[in-house]
Amino acid sequence: MPSSKNEKAILALADGTVVHGIAIGHKGTAGGELCFNTSMTGYQEIFTDPSYHGQLMMMTYPHIGNYGVSARDDEAHKVMISGLIVRAFSYHYSNLMADGNLNDYLKRNKVIGITGIDTRKLVRHIREKGVINAIISSDNNDAKDLVKQARQWPSMVGLELASKVTLEDPRTYKPGELEWNHPSISQLASHTDGQASARKFTTHTATSRAAEAATAGVPSTVSSRSGKNQPVEHEGKQNGGIKENEEQGKSGKDERRALYKVAALDYGIKQNIINNLVQRGCMLRLFPAKTDFETIMKWEPDAFFFSNGPGDPNPMVYAIDTITKAKESGKPIFGICLGHQLLALSEGMQVTKMFVGHRGANQPVKNLHHDHVEITTQNHGFAIDSDSVSPDIAEVTHRNLNDGTLEGLNFKRFNGFSVQYHPEASPGPHDSSYLFDEFINRIKTHKAQKGLS
Amino acid sequence: MPKRTDIQTILLIGSGPIVIGQACEFDYSGTQACRSLREEGYRVVLINSNPATIMTDPIMADAIYLKPLTTQSIKEIVEIEKPDAVLPTMGGQTALNLARDLHHEGYWEKMKIEIIGVDIDAIDITENRQQFRDLMEKIGIDQCRSRTAKSLLDAKEIVLELGGLPVVIRPSFTLGGSGGGIVWNEEQFEKKVLRGLELSPIHEILIEESIYGWKEFELELLRDNSNNVVIICSIENFDPMGVHTGDSVTVAPTQTLTDKQFQLLRDAAIKMMRSIGTFAGGCNVQFGIEPGTDRLVAVEINPRVSRSSALASKATGYPIAKIAAKLAVGYNLDELENQITKTTSACFEPSIDYVVVKVPRFNFEKFPGVDEELTTQMKAVGEVMSIGRTFPEALNKAWQSLEIGRGGLGADGYEDIDREEVRKRLLKAYWDRSLQIRNAFKLGTSAEEIHDITKIDPWFLEQIHYLVRLENRTEGQTLNAIDEKDMRELKQAGFSDRQIAWLLSQSDVERISEKQVRKKRLEMGIKAIFKMVDTCAGEFPASTPYYYSCYDDENESVVTDRKKVMILGSGPNRIGQGIEFDYSCVHAVLAAKEMGYETIMVNCNPETVSTDFDIADKLYFEPVFWEHVFNIIEHEKPEGIILQVGGQTALKLAKQLTENNIRIFGTPFEMMDLAEDRGKFSKTLINLGIPFPAYGTAFTTKEASQIAKRIAYPVLLRPSYVLGGQGMCIAVKESELEDHVRTLLKTHPENEFLIDHFLENAIEVDFDSIYDGEQLHICGIMQHLEPAGVHSGDSTAVLPPYSLDDHVIEKMKEYQEKIAKALNVRGFINVQYAVQGSDVFVIEANPRATRTIPFVAKATGRPEADIGVKVMLGAKLSEFDRTSKLKNFAIKEPIFPFDKFPEVKKELGPEMKSTGETIYFLENFEDEHFRKPFEFKNLYLSK
Repeated sequence: MPSSKNEKAILALADGTVVHGIAIGHKGTAGGELCFNTSMTGYQEIFTDPSYHGQLMMMTYPHIGNYGVSARDDEAHKVMISGLIVRAFSYHYSNLMADGNLNDYLKRNKVIGITGIDTRKLVRHIREKGVINAIISSDNNDAKDLVKQARQWPSMVGLELASKVTLEDPRTYKPGELEWNHPSISQLASHTDGQASARKFTTHTATSRAAEAATAGVPSTVSSRSGKNQPVEHEGKQNGGIKENEEQGKSGKDERRALYKVAALDYGIKQNIINNLVQRGCMLRLFPAKTDFETIMKWEPDAFFFSNGPGDPNPMVYAIDTITKAKESGKPIFGICLGHQLLALSEGMQVTKMFVGHRGANQPVKNLHHDHVEITTQNHGFAIDSDSVSPDIAEVTHRNLNDGTLEGLNFKRFNGFSVQYHPEASPGPHDSSYLFDEFINRIKTHKAQKGLS
Repeated sequence: MPKRTDIQTILLIGSGPIVIGQACEFDYSGTQACRSLREEGYRVVLINSNPATIMTDPIMADAIYLKPLTTQSIKEIVEIEKPDAVLPTMGGQTALNLARDLHHEGYWEKMKIEIIGVDIDAIDITENRQQFRDLMEKIGIDQCRSRTAKSLLDAKEIVLELGGLPVVIRPSFTLGGSGGGIVWNEEQFEKKVLRGLELSPIHEILIEESIYGWKEFELELLRDNSNNVVIICSIENFDPMGVHTGDSVTVAPTQTLTDKQFQLLRDAAIKMMRSIGTFAGGCNVQFGIEPGTDRLVAVEINPRVSRSSALASKATGYPIAKIAAKLAVGYNLDELENQITKTTSACFEPSIDYVVVKVPRFNFEKFPGVDEELTTQMKAVGEVMSIGRTFPEALNKAWQSLEIGRGGLGADGYEDIDREEVRKRLLKAYWDRSLQIRNAFKLGTSAEEIHDITKIDPWFLEQIHYLVRLENRTEGQTLNAIDEKDMRELKQAGFSDRQIAWLLSQSDVERISEKQVRKKRLEMGIKAIFKMVDTCAGEFPASTPYYYSCYDDENESVVTDRKKVMILGSGPNRIGQGIEFDYSCVHAVLAAKEMGYETIMVNCNPETVSTDFDIADKLYFEPVFWEHVFNIIEHEKPEGIILQVGGQTALKLAKQLTENNIRIFGTPFEMMDLAEDRGKFSKTLINLGIPFPAYGTAFTTKEASQIAKRIAYPVLLRPSYVLGGQGMCIAVKESELEDHVRTLLKTHPENEFLIDHFLENAIEVDFDSIYDGEQLHICGIMQHLEPAGVHSGDSTAVLPPYSLDDHVIEKMKEYQEKIAKALNVRGFINVQYAVQGSDVFVIEANPRATRTIPFVAKATGRPEADIGVKVMLGAKLSEFDRTSKLKNFAIKEPIFPFDKFPEVKKELGPEMKSTGETIYFLENFEDEHFRKPFEFKNLYLSK
């Protein structure tokens, strides 16, 4: 809903298309590759997905902002998209568990946005013409100049972006420390304007309570989220996966020991990948993208994980180097998205830019081993060229049912497998979480074999 | 797996007559299933007793049995047809129950007939409260917390455990759950607990936490033989738990759930479906979510296609029943293509980039004394669905679709808002809740307060609040001063030109008309464009011509250069105008296609076959509301419109169409108007020398009693321009007449009303025919069992007449032809007669397709609707084979909703009350289908 004092914003595409709308979020100018996502829920997870670093995100679902923002929905330590395009931005939100509204969140995280435009028209435009660079501006109304800027914006092809989102120093996650494993950026500024604005937009006492809890640094556990009319027996009766995390965290803080050590190369890893591995008993150490292999090996990992991330994998020579060494170690390897592409590159396959890309939470992928279909979350603009896969090097394990793109590989020359899509979901269906189990099984088997030999 | 080759003949069970809770959505699913299975080369045998369905048309199945839906009939059919399999999931609860009874009897097994598409043992679990609870517990799905109590003390402790009142009390082992219900306060509590303990044969009650006011959600699922499950659609109820989902305003997709919460629902739904057998097919799961937490409880699971799956199909474009039928015969989801894009897989979850709102339609005004409060038992008789880019737009469009005379959600000058009244209406759930919320905002009430009272999610409330803010802004503007930006915002929020005209009239010096607003906005360049429903939010190209209007930039509906005809649908189902009109609409589409036209369908009823995207060449899922219809006409520029098949809904637009020089196929508007205008029509009858009951027209009580005196009591009173006898009644004396007139003046202000002399003890006859300008084709002459005075829709009718003299019939034929000729009819003409002895009186004439056309078509085996429409488009009757296949007699039996309204007495009169009908073929008059209604024929006649 437009508010009373609507400030204008312009979206200018490199092909000269100019769209006028209403400004949301931060005031300023931002550029990037214009892409669209068809997920109907999970906007906050999408905005904080490092694979979207520097992109202008257009949501196809019209109402965005309905349920506000909440600490538990962040996928990284900052908002990754550089701009947001929506049809009908929701300034009001309703969610007793939220910390605040999306507009303030965008402002705090300096994301420039535009609302009130025909997003479907642009989706169809991109579908016909392919992804394209664009500029959103709420402080420059010279459309011609903006088009010029969009044209000058660097192409995603050949762009190395992983080093821009990777963490600076290694960090370790242990099963016992999963108590509040969310980056919590939705609460970052709550000491200042965040709290006040959260209160202002709230219609429920519980929301402000959550905001208070957040300010005080108290983890927002289920009990602190509950409404005032809460039945007494509420806690511990829940089935939610989220609750489960917290329960594990609370009960197993000191008791649970890590079973496996996984070295994860952070090219822009999503929080839910970390959560999925740690929940399965892994001690996970995130290494900055360019960490040299020896440093990693000093930690004595049982397995390697190559994460998702933004940009073109082709210029990531440093990563290929790490992968090559990791393969030689003989330890199990798992790659997701960018990690999957890097593994393929290291085996001599080709990775090319897609015309439109897959971005959404409804992509059907067939598991060729089990003859089963998974509905998956996807977010990629590059893909492995199927023709470059030789059966001696890797077996294709998964394919996209819509367009036949290659979605999963099982490598023949080393103990590794990888998928193009996101088994950690968030947002999206949980159909593919079994892949994390498979990784654990491989680690288990490998450790057992090593023990025998 | 590819399709099965070990089965050839499949028996499909229909859902029978339309009743509350089971309407034409099952004609839609059944029709889809028939087509889907025949497409695969299977032989389809169908049983259904509802003559008004498309599925029972000869074109739909290989063998059709219009027989009562009983296990006996099924056995008879099985003997003849020897099916290999039975598909019982397309015919609602009726079909499932029949299949289940025969399963427990061991009949299917004995006959070596396989049940496909469902697992009967699974159904038994879902319908047994305790078994369902146990199963959910086993698979770890939360339920309402509960414990059994044996004493009042126990009960009190349990309530404390549950966190206080309200709670739900369920006495153990009482019939139909009697003695149960929700308890709100201490006083009620003690009484109900003690009563429950007494009623229970084992003196035990279950005390369950109340989830009244929780958020309510539904998911529509499909599963194949490889256990792949996909969620086709998620639906959020605007009305929280406590109101039956059929009576709730519902929205697709969910609006107020985070992804984590949505995935909890998705995971739980899949787990639940996988826990109930291994069948391949559709399934609906309902959940409650406690606001402010992630706690969800499973409410219900229905392993069959349902009203919600029809809605989900229309909302997403994914044809659930069609695909479910293919899964039932062995296909897997990944072997089927997306029916809309034709290039991607059917094994996916649709993503939509618009908002869908469903609003139920009620008919309480027909049942004086009925309890209008919405509860867990469904009371709605129909529904509308609307599509908009945003929720406010879709909500306004839904109210434009309802056909209750409104221009949208308020803002049309209909009501004086009274604070007390608004508060009273909001305290409980009533049909007009969203309108009352709008009224509350108009009075300055806060969203918090409305939420406290209604428990409706604040997000929805804020959307209505936004509409009210726009209203308030516009009320202070004038037509000349309003700028383009504000006008566009109003249109994007779904306000109709009529609403905008009313709003602007609030401060403009003169009254602004709808026409002026339209002109103004078109000058501003604000016009409706049409977007496609494509299942994938634009990600892939789609070619299926399924559209909705909005006020965005880009139009996607490409106009062809073919000659086109537009068919107007009949809107929401309601008593008096239901599935029968959808039947004729579908035939109009098919007939026009055969005549070489591109067909354009406009309708807003998600339960119908006519709104299936592969019936017409182009489907506009839009309100049958003048502004929207006109927008489509301006865009498509059809050669003309067919509106004689869409009931009163479409006919109401005839005047505006004519004023705008838009051609109406068939009988001209002036003649349709003449038939409605009692004065003009009577003059015509006098000229033709045809008798009719004495009558008069009046505007006031005084005029009415003068007329009644002149024409003599008893008299029949009715407002003009109504269908289904709305507001009609019989008065035997002056005081009664005055009472009725006073009521009518309130309910139908500004309407002229007619007063006829009521012919006592007359026989009523319904005469359907088609006239091509030269020749009259007699579709059917139906004699009513009940005396004249009972609405024709509520009468038991026999085709052909069973006791009329030949000369009476000849007289009617002569009158019919004269009237058809005088009215310059091209197409359908129905005349109702009252016969007293050898005298024949004309009661009314309807130059359009009537409710009885499908019945007659099924009885005679002639495609009456098809012939009628082709004649409208210029064909001659001589081109058709018109031999009747009817051997003896066909009888039409009405079905009433009185069991749903126990507080209402069964009375029949000139106002129609039945929701549906069945057809039965009589051999002789000894048959109890004739004997029974004949015996009771005079019993229920009232006023």
